[in-house]
Amino acid sequence: MKEIVIDPVTRLEGHGKITIYLNDAGNVENAYFQVPELRGFERFCEGRRAEDLPIITTRICGVCPVAHHMAGAKALDAAFNVAPTETAKKLRELEYVCYYIYDHILHFYFLGGPDFVVGPDAPPAKRNILGVIEKVGLDIAKEVIKHRAYGQKITGIIGGRPTHPVSACIPGGIAKALSEEERQEIEKMVRSCVEFGKFSLKLFHDVVLKNVDYVNLIKSDPYNLQTYYMGTVDQNNKVNFYDGDIRVVDPTGTEFVKFAPHEYLDVIREHVEPWTYVKLPYLKKIGWKGLTTGPDSGIYRVGPLGRLNAAEGMATPLAQEEYEFMYKTLGGKPVHATLAFHWARLIELMYATERALELITDKAITSKDIKNKPGNPGEGVGIVEAARGTLIHHYQLDANALAKKVNLVVATTHNAPGICMSIKNAAKGLIHNGEVNQGLLNMVEMAFRAYDPCFACATHFAIGEMPLEAKIFDNEKRLVKTIRR
Amino acid sequence: MIAIGENMSSEKLKIAFYWAASCGGCEIAVLDVNEKILDVVAKADIVFWPVAIDIKYKDVEAMPDKSIDACFFNGAIRTSENEHMAKLLRQKSKILIAFGSCACDGCVKGLANLWDKNTVFERAYRETPSTQNPDYVTPQTSFKVQEGELELPEFYDTVKTLPQTVDVDYTISGCPPPIPYILKMFEGLLTGNLPPKGSSFLPNKSICDECPREKKDRKLSAIKRIYEIDDDFKTCFWDLGVICMGPATRAGCGAQCPNVNIPCTGCDGPGPRVVDQGAAAISALASIATDPEVVNQAVDPIGTFYKYSLANSILRRKVRKK
Repeated sequence: MKEIVIDPVTRLEGHGKITIYLNDAGNVENAYFQVPELRGFERFCEGRRAEDLPIITTRICGVCPVAHHMAGAKALDAAFNVAPTETAKKLRELEYVCYYIYDHILHFYFLGGPDFVVGPDAPPAKRNILGVIEKVGLDIAKEVIKHRAYGQKITGIIGGRPTHPVSACIPGGIAKALSEEERQEIEKMVRSCVEFGKFSLKLFHDVVLKNVDYVNLIKSDPYNLQTYYMGTVDQNNKVNFYDGDIRVVDPTGTEFVKFAPHEYLDVIREHVEPWTYVKLPYLKKIGWKGLTTGPDSGIYRVGPLGRLNAAEGMATPLAQEEYEFMYKTLGGKPVHATLAFHWARLIELMYATERALELITDKAITSKDIKNKPGNPGEGVGIVEAARGTLIHHYQLDANALAKKVNLVVATTHNAPGICMSIKNAAKGLIHNGEVNQGLLNMVEMAFRAYDPCFACATHFAIGEMPLEAKIFDNEKRLVKTIRR
Repeated sequence: MIAIGENMSSEKLKIAFYWAASCGGCEIAVLDVNEKILDVVAKADIVFWPVAIDIKYKDVEAMPDKSIDACFFNGAIRTSENEHMAKLLRQKSKILIAFGSCACDGCVKGLANLWDKNTVFERAYRETPSTQNPDYVTPQTSFKVQEGELELPEFYDTVKTLPQTVDVDYTISGCPPPIPYILKMFEGLLTGNLPPKGSSFLPNKSICDECPREKKDRKLSAIKRIYEIDDDFKTCFWDLGVICMGPATRAGCGAQCPNVNIPCTGCDGPGPRVVDQGAAAISALASIATDPEVVNQAVDPIGTFYKYSLANSILRRKVRKK
């Protein structure tokens, strides 16, 4: 049996590892995706002051700290039995959709962009952010950087700090009101972001959808995975990032369950494997059936495509228009094509900008009524949609408002089983009779990064290309071939 | 940035970035320097940066000793792999800089030193209510699957800081470090204008020196929680009865949290001349308490006063039963 270790990504070295085994015929027998790190937040959050939890847990991820901060804030609202004031809720949501603006821009242009804008067949030296700049021009590249910076700036104004924000650690509120001056500054930036959202969709149409090969690639078998999907929806079953019930649909798109945050334990369980530090979630009612797809396997996917599949539409007009167009183009709901995560991400970017404009032009946004009085401490679950998927914080507080127990189910964790299977699928689609070539590396990389997995998120900011290395060993573990790029 | 790695000239400074047990926020801080990073790379070659440049561990191993002029190391030492990389990069670097709260002080993950590997595993892999693991399977450093053997780094009992693991030349704390001081550090390295070994690149002041809130009489008769006060948005948190880490914490961030009406939680690490950040804050509390009983009202003293610095304190960790 041959073993291929894809020691992926320089960025992932020490933070993610893929091993593919070939059988004697040289075809893929199995693939493992390992996460070699654990920090133990669920243990060391015990005993902490309630108000520190939304601050400590941001340190789970420096790329999506706003998601942890808001999941924590909402868990505290529930634990103290207090709803935030109308203005506090709107400010939190505004900060939240602006985090989506910078995060989705970065993923599409810096990380996913090279695959489509430059092209999957382009030479590796061009498949990076510099190749994107070359193709779209420096002026547009400057717009990308500008609007990513706008998103960060707005989260900083409301949250206090762009990375690891603090202002929503108060149950029932937010610590700082927005001044009219700040509101005007934000509105200017948000209006520009709406235009940039439209531009991004147009770019996707012109570069990707007008190219039949790209569309066929999106629809192709190695990138298809029939799973359940999960995402948060509003009262009308439209996608919502900040608040709502969580809806799960089966592989045919039929509603499987819809639950309130405090009911998550009725729906989700996490399985443990001895070869990775990450847990593997599944739907409790169906059970853990191993890394397999279809309606009999409890594996589900989250994130942009998961949310769009699990919902019935988008709550803003331009995003809704594109939502309908995507499903029409890709053959109806649900879409199982992993590469459609990129398109879904741009639809969400459009929604985030439209929603930000609704919020910043809302009269209530500058009200000074930003805090409600918390009740007595108890137990609470807070759920938000992180950019990468459903994020669950569950706190049990004692009478002194200290954490007795903390449970966290983090966005990328939900997708860990899907990522593993997508890697296996891509490898199976390409490796036949022991032949391994450069194409494998591109294929595996594309399957993997469509999810924008959190342990790879810093690649957003870099050259956009995941440098890959595949080592091929013979059955006596001698290195016979190394492919790099 | 790709060309930078390829276009190495001997006159340019060779710099490296690495991350151990961290969240990625330090990498973002470096990249938030934005266009100014271009000034840095015009004068320096980045020879190792897992985020950006395709150079593997084995390439670093092959570098001559002390061939990296300056290495910025973020993240705490949590696993065997983190420790290995710390030692390797020390050996290869002339100047090693502990970058960010994790490397300098252990950051929040140092609070895991109140437990050990087994109790952390028990919570993560058995007790949590969403976990279904009746046979208590836990991740293993080496595990035989049907097709071969898979390996994972060892998870240690204790989180250590970088200076506890190897000799460190400079520190720049903060979670993440403040951008203006990252720039100042780069400037110092590029011009060779460096402070004495052991210095911090953050200013030698405390957060209170940067905070806009006004100090009043500072007589503390009862401790309150941030969500219990009636904030006037201008009075010092201590005067409002709320614990603030400002007096014990090094300046640099511009008092970002007090600026949005949240007390400092201490992420910039111990202030100048402060040996133990938690002890300094407790001493500040004791000095203004009107009654010794007031001090006892501080709940979760470890998490409050040592949130970012337990691993770098005189306490370090909870004593383990033999």
